[in-house]
Amino acid sequence: MSTTAQATANAAVNSPTAKPSSPGLVRRVLRRPAAVIATAWLALLLLATTAAPLFTAHDPLSQDLDNVLSGPSGSHLLGTDVLGRDLLSRLLFGGRSTLGAVVEALTVYLLIGVTLGLLAGYRGGWVDWVTTRVADMMFAMPPIIIVLVVLAVFPGNLHAAMITFGILGAPGLMRVLRAQTLTIREELFIAAAKVAGLTHGQILRRHVLPRMASTIIVQGALFSAIVVIIQAGLGYLGLGAQPPDPSWGGLVADASQAIDRDPWMLVPAGVPLVLTVVALALLGDAIRDAAVEKWSVSKASSGPDKAKAKAAAAPADAGSEAPLPPDPQALLSVRGLTIEIGGTRVVDGVSLDVAPGETVGLVGESGCGKSVTSLGVLGLIPGGGRITAGSVVFDGVEVSGSRDAMAAIRGTGIAYVSQEPMVALDPTYPVGRQLAEAVHTHRGGSREEARKRAVELLDSVHIPNPEAVARRYPHQLSGGMAQRVAIALALAGEPRLLIADEPTTALDVTVQAEILGLLRELQERTGMAVLIVTHDWGVVADLCRRAVVMYAGQVVEQADVEPMFARPMHPYTAGLMAANPHKAVWGEPLPTIPGAVPAPRDWPHGCRFAARCDLATDACRADAVALTEPQAGRLTRCIHVQSLIEEGSLR
Amino acid sequence: MTPPNILEVRDLSVQFRQGRGTPPLRAVDGVGFTVREGETVGLVGESGSGKSTIGRAILGLNPVHSGEIRFAGQDITRAAPRTRRGLSDRLQVVFQDPYSSLNPARTIGQTLAEPLLVHEKLGKAEVLNRVTAMLERVGMPADTAGRYPGQFSGGQRQRIAIARALMLSPKLVICDEPVSALDLSIQAQVMNLLAELQSELSLSYLFIAHDLPVVRHLSHRILVLYRGQVLEAGDAGEVYDRPAHPYTQALLAAAPEPDPAAQRTRRLARADAAGAGTGTAAAPSATGCVFAHRCPIAVDVCREKRPPLLTLGAGPDGAPSSERSVACHLVVEPPVPSPASAGPKHLPRPKNP
Repeated sequence: MSTTAQATANAAVNSPTAKPSSPGLVRRVLRRPAAVIATAWLALLLLATTAAPLFTAHDPLSQDLDNVLSGPSGSHLLGTDVLGRDLLSRLLFGGRSTLGAVVEALTVYLLIGVTLGLLAGYRGGWVDWVTTRVADMMFAMPPIIIVLVVLAVFPGNLHAAMITFGILGAPGLMRVLRAQTLTIREELFIAAAKVAGLTHGQILRRHVLPRMASTIIVQGALFSAIVVIIQAGLGYLGLGAQPPDPSWGGLVADASQAIDRDPWMLVPAGVPLVLTVVALALLGDAIRDAAVEKWSVSKASSGPDKAKAKAAAAPADAGSEAPLPPDPQALLSVRGLTIEIGGTRVVDGVSLDVAPGETVGLVGESGCGKSVTSLGVLGLIPGGGRITAGSVVFDGVEVSGSRDAMAAIRGTGIAYVSQEPMVALDPTYPVGRQLAEAVHTHRGGSREEARKRAVELLDSVHIPNPEAVARRYPHQLSGGMAQRVAIALALAGEPRLLIADEPTTALDVTVQAEILGLLRELQERTGMAVLIVTHDWGVVADLCRRAVVMYAGQVVEQADVEPMFARPMHPYTAGLMAANPHKAVWGEPLPTIPGAVPAPRDWPHGCRFAARCDLATDACRADAVALTEPQAGRLTRCIHVQSLIEEGSLR
Repeated sequence: MTPPNILEVRDLSVQFRQGRGTPPLRAVDGVGFTVREGETVGLVGESGSGKSTIGRAILGLNPVHSGEIRFAGQDITRAAPRTRRGLSDRLQVVFQDPYSSLNPARTIGQTLAEPLLVHEKLGKAEVLNRVTAMLERVGMPADTAGRYPGQFSGGQRQRIAIARALMLSPKLVICDEPVSALDLSIQAQVMNLLAELQSELSLSYLFIAHDLPVVRHLSHRILVLYRGQVLEAGDAGEVYDRPAHPYTQALLAAAPEPDPAAQRTRRLARADAAGAGTGTAAAPSATGCVFAHRCPIAVDVCREKRPPLLTLGAGPDGAPSSERSVACHLVVEPPVPSPASAGPKHLPRPKNP
């Protein structure tokens, strides 16, 4: 185990550009208390067994028949056995063969398992076929019987037994690593490495093996623990070290024979065995975690930053203005909606209205909180997030506080269509059955009626030959068809509002045009309102009457679409529109917004766009900027809006 | 004088096995084109058009069924691994997905140093200098080298992927949807970076994307692909402004314009065009034009005979059209420029270097 870990560590440290300041693997492992205890135990064991004569005054074989089964005493720290032999001495001398066995079996296990696993997964073809078949055959063999056969051929030869056990265990590791390699082989960074001219050996060593490190370490540790137990078992059966030579298994056997006369003897015989097995497992886990922590993403997104996020989020309260009361005319009226995920505020005081039959676009880049806002309206915030302030009024009823009210409007009041239609569909049922189930849930009625209605729904989203498509499974549909089915599913409850989160982003442009056309048509036919989340100005222009632009968790601009396109009143809106290559001038650089959307925990106190804005002044950064209404029907969160209007030349 | 070709692709076909009993899928079907030094050629098409497969075949990541690929005069169609390794200093790639294209378990410095390992034996300090300089060139902070991909956003990772492609000053970079996964403001930054690097390092790009406005902005010439075949090819501005093939026209009409009034006009115009749908019910013709089952103007001959890719005659002003080719039985001459598209939006195109 340690050899592999060391190899991985070396690969990381020796590489020319590794950052010298990052602590080495050993130090990162030793930061974990469990690892320290496990290492201490294993180190103590190693030291005590190798230097056994220094630790014990008695020869493991010398008998003291006056002192049999004595229990712990001054001269025999752990007591004596039935023949009066010192148990500590026998334990330490016996431990040598245990550790030796682990090293032998593990070496063989890793050598065969890693080599064949990588080879089979990476090369594929006949190499993979042969290796996998051989491994399957070996799975069918009972390892303990094979080991017994080997011991029958080489009586008392524990080395042969352990090497055999390593060989028999290797197919398990090989299969796991092969499966992982198959996945990693398809990753783009492998293709990039090939294009960079790396040889297969270099790719395996530099790209595949580091990704496997955690699996290899954990599997190795578990296997070592099994070896300890198997080795003890063989000793117990008297097949390992031949009596009177000591072994841990032999100690257990001796103890079991004396169990009625002196139960104490089980303690020195069993406890070290258990501790060693536990220590190996714990150390394996710790090394795995330490090897991966440098680059695993989850680490970076949690931890000490949380406190900072809270501190940063607190003063923002001062800036959020008291929202207006909900609009009684609106179908959906969101006021001051604030959502936190994992203690970090990701949506900050969002207010918006959707009138009956209206189409509103929620626009922004990723990380601006537009998807979370739309899910918040439905009470379906991902990642254990929750609404910490604000209200969601649907059709005159406040729903944000109550789980039941939220559940009641989902489907019949508000339906949802996501970017990835396949996620909305259960791959194990035909689409017709899923639709019928949704219809049945919302409208009741007989099975036959629900089935008929399901076909009608498929027809209403212009699926050719709906009867046949109803019998198909989701994987048999193209992306555009699947999105149509997902929309049909959303329509099953005859919702009054459809929230569509990037419904066409994953689709081809010609299919997108059809889905947008379908949404418009459904809207005209049913009078349903649509809140569409998108980053695409073309979609906004095509479908929406009004647009709400979000940046870093806040609404920064809101207006009817035509005046907004004619003259954006927030620099972010203007910049985002200008960056669209649709209107670009050939041969000239595209207008850009420098930088990127800040992460929620890095939101500044003042204007959140200031760092990327040409117009920003000290006043922008000083204090949170309020949403104002410089012209009727136009909201903007910019203190320079007057100069934007006067300039008038933005677009 | 026309600069020499850096890449020549002739009659390229790539097939994928689909299991027993099913004929192989022709992902790329007789595609030919050239890329000149310092030029950007755009491959545009929807999913399943074979555009990425062409890129991967050029890079040796997909086996070629038939045809020929020549890079800088050398036949690399079925190049041996050793030859491929030798090419890696001149032929490079930037992939679409910046999350999968960098190994999360390796530092940026380690990843960027890799191309150098193959070609130059440099000291550690020299490698680090080269890596840092390249990172700075693509707009990344100096401490990037010691960090892991997980600590960067999509746009930053794409800059890093570009840096990796440029470590060995390549002649041709295959850009496989390099900006499709990025947000609008980041997309513009990366597109500008690619354009800057091209003029600075006189790179050639094969720019693969599904978004016609993006391809148009960066390319000198465009090939429009559908089901593995080239349906239209020509000067980027001309193809974009005056599409000749019905498919190119459909592709352009489908992309919504970020202007509510203009988009409304377009939408109504599209609704008028008969059969503008993708005709999900009809199956594509086996022997005829691949687009016939979706084509609004298809006639019988379209379903029976595959139209060859033919170079069109003289342009509307009498000058020869710049290599405009169209694979359509019904389009035999270049379309006349419409007054709407002849505005000042299109600057005179700079000549290739």
